[in-house]
Amino acid sequence: MNPTRDLKRYPGFGGITWACLVFLYGPLIVIALYSFNEIRSITVWGGFSFSWYVKAFNNDLIQRATYNSLIIAVSAATASTICATAAALAILRNRAFRGREASIGIISLPLMVPEIVTAIASLVFFVLVGIPLGIGSILLAHTVFCIPFAYLPITARLEGIEGHYEEAARDLYADSWQTFRYVMLPMMFPGIVAGFMLAFIISLDDFIITNFVAGPGATTLPLAIYGLVRTGLTPEINAVSTLLLLVSIFFVTLSYLLGKKPGPGR
Amino acid sequence: MKKTLTISAFLLGLVFLTSPASAEGKLNIYNWFDYLPQELIDKFSAEHDVEVTMDTYDSNESLLAKLKSGVTGYDVAVPGDYMVQILIEEGMLEQVNASEFENFGNMDPDWVDVYFDPGRLYSVPYQWGTTGFMVDTEVYGGEIDTLEIIFNPPAELQGKINMLKDVNDVLNAGLRYLGLDRCNENPEDLKKLNDLLTNAKQHWLSFNSDGAKEVLVSGDAAAGQIWNGFGMRARAEKASLKYAYPKEGFTGWMDNIVALKGGPNLENAKKFMNFMLDPENAAMLTNFARYTAGVSGTEPFLDDDLKTAHETNLPASAPTPDFVPPCNDKVVKLYDRIWTNLLK
Amino acid sequence: MDSTGIAQRRTELDRIRARRILKARAWLLSPALLLIFCFLILPLCIIVVYSFLTPGTYGGVVWDFSLESYIQFLFERDFFDDTLAFSPAYLQIYFRSFVQALVTTIVCFLIGFPTAYYIATLPERKKYMWVLLITVPYWINLLIRTIAMLFLIRNEGPLNYALISIGAIDEPIKIAYTNFGVGLGLIYTYLPFMVLPLYAAIERFDFRLVEASYDLYANQWTILRKIILPLVGPGIVAGCLLVFIPSLGSFIAPDLLGGGKKLMIGNLIALQFQGSRNWPFGSAAAVILMTMVLCALMVYIRQQSKSRIPLH
Repeated sequence: MNPTRDLKRYPGFGGITWACLVFLYGPLIVIALYSFNEIRSITVWGGFSFSWYVKAFNNDLIQRATYNSLIIAVSAATASTICATAAALAILRNRAFRGREASIGIISLPLMVPEIVTAIASLVFFVLVGIPLGIGSILLAHTVFCIPFAYLPITARLEGIEGHYEEAARDLYADSWQTFRYVMLPMMFPGIVAGFMLAFIISLDDFIITNFVAGPGATTLPLAIYGLVRTGLTPEINAVSTLLLLVSIFFVTLSYLLGKKPGPGR
Repeated sequence: MKKTLTISAFLLGLVFLTSPASAEGKLNIYNWFDYLPQELIDKFSAEHDVEVTMDTYDSNESLLAKLKSGVTGYDVAVPGDYMVQILIEEGMLEQVNASEFENFGNMDPDWVDVYFDPGRLYSVPYQWGTTGFMVDTEVYGGEIDTLEIIFNPPAELQGKINMLKDVNDVLNAGLRYLGLDRCNENPEDLKKLNDLLTNAKQHWLSFNSDGAKEVLVSGDAAAGQIWNGFGMRARAEKASLKYAYPKEGFTGWMDNIVALKGGPNLENAKKFMNFMLDPENAAMLTNFARYTAGVSGTEPFLDDDLKTAHETNLPASAPTPDFVPPCNDKVVKLYDRIWTNLLK
Repeated sequence: MDSTGIAQRRTELDRIRARRILKARAWLLSPALLLIFCFLILPLCIIVVYSFLTPGTYGGVVWDFSLESYIQFLFERDFFDDTLAFSPAYLQIYFRSFVQALVTTIVCFLIGFPTAYYIATLPERKKYMWVLLITVPYWINLLIRTIAMLFLIRNEGPLNYALISIGAIDEPIKIAYTNFGVGLGLIYTYLPFMVLPLYAAIERFDFRLVEASYDLYANQWTILRKIILPLVGPGIVAGCLLVFIPSLGSFIAPDLLGGGKKLMIGNLIALQFQGSRNWPFGSAAAVILMTMVLCALMVYIRQQSKSRIPLH
């Protein structure tokens, strides 16, 4: 046996991961490339030009839609991750309590409902109780249906190990806030990050529900894209997408640089 | 715990703070995206000192579903012809009496007494077009102005046809091919239609509306249903594509500007409708959207390529476009069954 | 002091403690439960009511009680004489959607597990970067990404061109407009929903267990199967739920990459609320779907809690 061999490594896993990356990023290269297209096409190349970026910079509507999307996605992901984290703490710290199963069922419910049904139901309900439609109603609907997307990765991490650590902390006279801050939170952190990211992309890309609960002045980027029914997709959308991509890559780089310091909570 | 409280309060606060404004000097337009050029919005804003907000939807049906659920706050919308009739019947439109508008005289007389709004009490034309199909003439050089291309395709086109994923566009084409009435509830006829479609499906590559242009341009499909304005853009990317005017008939449609009941700025909505009847403005819109305006006198302002485009200038031999009114419940239900059966 | 007094004090303390835990739990649970109750369960009641009503002419509902929607799900009226006959059309659509979602989930797991494992065992500074790298593509709208994907995998597309020019294949591989294309599209749509929960579960894994098993001469793959997989079980369940259920309703990828020649549950229900204007039937179809999924989930949760409690 080779003692220096890393027991964690499995042959081929790295290869699959890199293959995944190529699979996920392949289409993005096409999108970025065609944002520089001179002609109005996202699949036929007609020469190099920056004109679609110039157009995007002069298009108030598409800019507002992008801002709206980002603001809603960040807020909804934050709100739903906080709710999900709290719920996960409550559900996991006590293995058995009455209503535990029901609570898990209710938290998973937004996942079970077909989107168009959530959309219609929310719209009818919002109108019925007089909640004005706009950014606020979109945010509310997104927060609700993002909760299971944030909740499941968090519990995936905590399930099975939660009680002991908490007890240990209690035995060391930590109060509940300290237990949370110095024991539970660091342990949950990767799950919270994963949950937040899922909630974020779900909210950012949602069309069906947003389409129904949006009100005047609350157009998001997916609404704009699916609204191109009469004139078709243009490289302008690619240009906006590429800019969004650059923003997100900025965050990736940032996380890499920050990661040089000891990781959060460690 | 305090945190959760603060957050819930914050959330609720946000919901109630962001109610839509309905101040004077505003106009909330509900339209398809990229269907109204920014210059035109700016021009209208400048002329009438009105602040314009625009929001977008993706289909006539989701517009109806939203209005049905009681959504308000939009002043004008741009529904298709059959949807105008439905909205009028449902009492969702404000009667504006377009004939009293200053620019009413510019409206093309052909578009005044339309089936969905005779005398234009509720609506003014925005753009109109046709739903036909395109064929790649490099793949197939024969006669294309016939629905045989779709339902009994020549060998070169078999397995290379894209259909729009829309029950009415597909079923109406089938009914025309069979020479049967639209909005048909005759069981014998529908049986025939059902057989025709299930049989023709083997020759079709896909049902796809979102990528109807892309699939033709890429060459994956050599024939495909498409709207004429899209078709013009497809031809710009692939010159061998040709728009067909099938002799059995094809769908015509017209998008119209309407004022929605309960909209906060009715006067501005009327101003906007009048504004869009101005030939120069209508031409600006047409140059951008690349369909056809329902306003006379736009010719001098139009782009040259639009004046001669095969897609928007019907050849003399083509039949008149067939505008299909909304069908009754029974027909809709039967159509739904045929469609579900076709795609089960 | 006598011992009964102390015992009394103790039970009282226990009771206070229990009450405190109860209170804390209620506080922690309430935001999520309240939000979902107010803004999903209450609205859903409307949908359940709708499913028992009669469709309005142009959408919406008429307040007349009717079971027609549920009957329509299983039976169809004859074209000619209005007699009811059993019709499997809708069941077929449901069944196909379930099979498709199942295949998607399995393949996502087979690809997602190694990926999540690889990321979770990376050095700390790289982990979060990789988590972000996996989600970055999803910042871009699905429709545009799917069209770009279609462009890549076409018969004459760059992928086949590259494979032919390096001599790997002679004929282009047909991917687009096949079932394989549908699968590819769905995996592309849902991969991170598998990878991230798995990552979160694997990341906390204690690799001393692996060392211990290795010392006991277990083979590396046995370790994976017997030790790692069972211990990251909750992650697998979470990932599978997050992929399986949404892919039941998905239709953009199947339409574009698979040709959309078959209706999926998502299409079917959306159609009822839009083109076909039959809100009660759309509601009924949704109620049936939700009941099926929710029942399966409750059975699962129940079994899981039963089997786990004795361990503690």
